[in-house]
Amino acid sequence: MARTKIYVPRETAAVSVGADDVAIAIARKAKESGENIELIRNGSWGATWLEPLVEVLVDDKRIAYGNVEPADVPGMFDAGLLDGGDHSRRLGPILEVPYLINQDRWTFWRCGLIDPLSMDDFRVHQGFKAFEKAVEMGADAVIETVKTSGLRGRGGAGFPAGIKWQTVADAEGAQKYVALNADEGDSGTFSDRILMEGDPLGLIEGMMLAGYAVGANRGYIYLRSEYPLARSILTRAIELARDNDWLGNDIQGSGFDFDIELHIGAGSYVCGEETAMLESLEGRPGIVRYKPPLPAIKGLFGKPTVVNNVVTIASVANIINLGGEKYASFGVGRSKGTLAFQLAGNIKRGGLVEKAFGITVRELIDDWGGGTASGRPVKAVQVGGPLGAYLSANQLDTPLDYEAFTEIGAMIGHGGIVVFDDTANMAHQARFAMEFCAIESCGKCTPCRIGSTRGVEVIDRMIAGLERDKNYELLIELCDTMEDASLCAMGGMTPYPVRSILKYFAEDFVSARSGP
Amino acid sequence: MKTEAYNETAASEIIARFDARPELLLQVLRAFIERFGWISEDAIRFLSARLNLSRAEVHGVVSYYHDFRTTPPGRHIVKICQAESCQAMGSRELSAHAVKTLGVEMHSGNRDVTLEPVYCLGNCACSPAVMVDDKTYGRVSTAQFDAIVAAFEGSR
Repeated sequence: MARTKIYVPRETAAVSVGADDVAIAIARKAKESGENIELIRNGSWGATWLEPLVEVLVDDKRIAYGNVEPADVPGMFDAGLLDGGDHSRRLGPILEVPYLINQDRWTFWRCGLIDPLSMDDFRVHQGFKAFEKAVEMGADAVIETVKTSGLRGRGGAGFPAGIKWQTVADAEGAQKYVALNADEGDSGTFSDRILMEGDPLGLIEGMMLAGYAVGANRGYIYLRSEYPLARSILTRAIELARDNDWLGNDIQGSGFDFDIELHIGAGSYVCGEETAMLESLEGRPGIVRYKPPLPAIKGLFGKPTVVNNVVTIASVANIINLGGEKYASFGVGRSKGTLAFQLAGNIKRGGLVEKAFGITVRELIDDWGGGTASGRPVKAVQVGGPLGAYLSANQLDTPLDYEAFTEIGAMIGHGGIVVFDDTANMAHQARFAMEFCAIESCGKCTPCRIGSTRGVEVIDRMIAGLERDKNYELLIELCDTMEDASLCAMGGMTPYPVRSILKYFAEDFVSARSGP
Repeated sequence: MKTEAYNETAASEIIARFDARPELLLQVLRAFIERFGWISEDAIRFLSARLNLSRAEVHGVVSYYHDFRTTPPGRHIVKICQAESCQAMGSRELSAHAVKTLGVEMHSGNRDVTLEPVYCLGNCACSPAVMVDDKTYGRVSTAQFDAIVAAFEGSR
């Protein structure tokens, strides 16, 4: 008799709420009942609020059970789990779970679906098809396709990926590199992590495509240290690719050499800035470099380097498979394609939603997120991480589109959406924005290094009610200085959240005095 | 976390594993942290000699990065996320609770436990998040925090 396949994610969020214990309970119960099962540790589908999510393959459908606790497992077996039996945790077929339908799964389509560390499963699901096609097309055609797709950097800056690749391809020099930025430090973001844990081989294929297109034979992954599970999964995936001739010399007889080295960061937020990351990869403090020269011309070890975010790189395989025009048909204006939005903070149904650009913040928060976890009204929403503006409840109909966000003094960044309910005091959040900058500043430029500390002091005086109007003016002036004169986005964009709070939540400086 | 006292045999082993490449200094230091728990003055001196770097260069890297602690940590390291998503779900209150329960201030500790802030564990759909040694926990209420602490106290 064939073994029944049961899926329990081995992904940080799922494990953080007990997925390992659920997996153990299932294995134990199956053994006791003499049932023959195959336990697969998949990645996450991104419906994080349903974790731990268990699926059972029945005929051709995967039947899902949500928020499973170890104590539920015996009862689920009694209810006929292996046949998809009814139980209070049963959600029905996974692909009919409302959260997961109506998404535009371009980049994350394998996450949750496959066993991330099975080469066979990966190959069955289009794995390395894009690489094979790329080798037939040639490097120039690959770059043209990426240009046609309109893909922009998903790390936050939104620079057109095809143009970056072209610059590296055209740069002089025999040695070039691909440096993958997996230093996902923005609060409210976890899409890189879900991808690395759920489809690591897909990420490797993306890096191979970048390497092939620009003529680089070496790739580096800079992974933040806060992601130990991603580290272990990536380490194994790289070994797996090497063992199967998908990394190394003359890959599959294509004549293309490429290998990947995994580097782990050391807890510095600013190392997510590309030049600080390069410094860190070279073994130095993560202090930002002056630009120019651009990393595309003079990057890692002084060589031309493609620096891309995880989601950017992972989006390319399907662009090669399905065509640049197809990708460009998603989205609005100059924001082409899809973005993995991440619903976080005070939200009822947190998780990852991959959608075409143009959806509004409100649609994501209401239709997917189901409102706040606390059930209280939404007060503010921070989009784009700690350097992103706080939107007021009146701005939630803004479409998620790079240009529309720029217009309102905000940014989409890496797609994190952090919801606060009406108990939040925004003066404290403004103070935190400055405090975080003071903690994480690399210290190279004065506006960021000193400005952030002065910013905390000024906000403290405002909260204490000392010369509030005068200090308000001073804070605006300080924001101007930081924005105009900082070397990178750390100091240059810390004013975004601060300004948005001054503009929309100024009254909180008065009430903060009695706050927590 | 199981660590051993700093010793040059183990240090040499680690350095050899990274082919004594000076550009891998961060990776070597990380391996030191995993093995010894912290970076001592002796370790810095030894590393600079073996990697052909100045002590100032090694010190510069050690002091720049939050992960490279220069004092011995407690047996367990508890990190509580202090970033926005967790703030929206009560991490300030959770941190105050942790300080009270563990009897140590943030950035400090005793033989049993070291308490540190962390800015995002990437578990933002399950805020507030806590990391104990290398394990991440999500949706951590104060009661759950107590249970996590009781579990590692029981394992002593």
